[in-house]
Amino acid sequence: MTHTPQMVPTRAAYGKALIELGRLNPDIVVLDADLSKSTRTDGFAREFPERFFQMGVAEADMMGTAAGLAASGKIPFASSFAIFASGRAFDQVRQTAGYGRLNVKIGASHGGITVGEDGASHQSIEDLTLMRVIPGMTVIVPADAVETHQAVFAAADHEGPVYIRTGRSPVPVLFKESYNFKIGEAIVVRDGKDITIIACGIMVSESLKAAEILAEKGISARVINMATIKPIHTDIIIKAAEETGAIVTAEEHSIIGGLGSAVCETVSEICPVPVKRIGVCDVFGQSGKPDELMKAYSLTADDIARTALEVIKRKEM
Amino acid sequence: MTKQEVRELQCIANRIRLNTIKSITTAGSGHPGGSLSVVDILATLYFKVMKIDPKDHKWPDRDRFIMSKGHAAPALYAALAEAGFIPEDELLTLRKLGSRLQGHPSMRHVPGIEMSTGSLGQGLSTANGMALAARLDKKPTRVYVILGDGEVQEGQIWEASMTSVHQKLDNLMVFLDYNRLQIDGNVEDVKSFTEPAARWRAFGWHVLEIDGHDIPAIYSACEKARATKGKPTLAVAHTVKGKGVSFMENVVDWHGKAPSQEQAKIAISRIEASL
Repeated sequence: MTHTPQMVPTRAAYGKALIELGRLNPDIVVLDADLSKSTRTDGFAREFPERFFQMGVAEADMMGTAAGLAASGKIPFASSFAIFASGRAFDQVRQTAGYGRLNVKIGASHGGITVGEDGASHQSIEDLTLMRVIPGMTVIVPADAVETHQAVFAAADHEGPVYIRTGRSPVPVLFKESYNFKIGEAIVVRDGKDITIIACGIMVSESLKAAEILAEKGISARVINMATIKPIHTDIIIKAAEETGAIVTAEEHSIIGGLGSAVCETVSEICPVPVKRIGVCDVFGQSGKPDELMKAYSLTADDIARTALEVIKRKEM
Repeated sequence: MTKQEVRELQCIANRIRLNTIKSITTAGSGHPGGSLSVVDILATLYFKVMKIDPKDHKWPDRDRFIMSKGHAAPALYAALAEAGFIPEDELLTLRKLGSRLQGHPSMRHVPGIEMSTGSLGQGLSTANGMALAARLDKKPTRVYVILGDGEVQEGQIWEASMTSVHQKLDNLMVFLDYNRLQIDGNVEDVKSFTEPAARWRAFGWHVLEIDGHDIPAIYSACEKARATKGKPTLAVAHTVKGKGVSFMENVVDWHGKAPSQEQAKIAISRIEASL
């Protein structure tokens, strides 16, 4: 980690990784539904026009086409905004990629409320829930550009459907190139003993800032980057529950059904400790600048730190 | 196509009908009407048209078949048994706990099933994907699909039909099972769909109209499709729902219910008489 991190949107890393992957593996194909300039699949389209399929504004058809390509041995990356990839095409993903356990990779950009000015129609706060509930689906929310790059490669190596959620806005680069992402393995990005903050996506950098704020108050916070929401890394959660006795989860997503729910399910069944979920609290988003929205929906480092202090009090009761 | 060949395919079709009725009756549920309407198309595809190998069901150069109207699974399973993909006696496990023969086709369970279907409207998109893959790999593979005439009320069909044409998928052929009935009644009453040929033609398809129970006509349509370059082919197959079992023919109630043992006996004797 650096003190003056470079800022890169994870969707840009997705597009770059696809090109590199395309050079290495002729079976990689990419589909897009009229958003290639935004999802950043346009670079792949330019370099490999014969392996890029422009599907037009038809996400359901795109997911079905991807399933057919996968059934014939291709490794399709079907790309759209998270809200359309997961919501508009949910039944297609479930029926073909999911039930057929096909090797379809879903590249879902523009996840969460930091989509910003486009407003609630485009802000996906339900996608992790929808994808997590499909049997056999792997769900990944990388925290930065480096992790996104590696997640794309890991997804291509993984046999079966994978959902990768990236974001629109630039986020700090947290990891060095030597970082080694593995599906299903979370990592402790900052150790601590009083409380654990478990985060994914852009909330990892917010959580690290929260840990700094807490440190100033004498609180030692552990921060876990849970990039794989499914399969969830149970052991690291249980260890955190046992060793720190309190957990805050942080995601740019509804508090219902995503990372927070997955952590609560694990903790309550195996090692109950006080937990509080940070996320969008069962409301739709709205138009605004990303940083304004982060404040409006209480997703900032200050919100995480304040919540951590509340949860620690419950631990002492 | 010789008369002998046609007679053989008719016999195969009748055995598929017989096993469709037997399996649905044993299961106690299922969809006989729309299964029986596509049997002659299945018999022609599996035993005359398609290049497939039941002993090597993942053979990369094989032709593909997708039953987009997945509720016609009993007829598809019977065709797969007839072709040797699965044992014939397994057909009586249809819809039972632990059986590979799910109520709707599952590609992870049954060799020869190329795509899991059941949620309507999705088969054409998946077929497009297979046709695109075959083109990328420069394979001779042809992809065949059966769509229901109620099924085309799903919007995804029309998204997919635009893709087939835009991508010039001349290795793709679709049969529209135009039996004019769906669960809630006549297609015309539920949501009218007149002149399907004109509609598909307007979308840019090479369109044929055939009697969907006339085996030489089905075969000839496949040959015409093969000879057509630069666009996909759709055959509007005029069919009779429940074809081959007189009391089921054109009766909407037989869309999704199993016959009683007595009714099955009559149906079986009718089909056997024509064998």
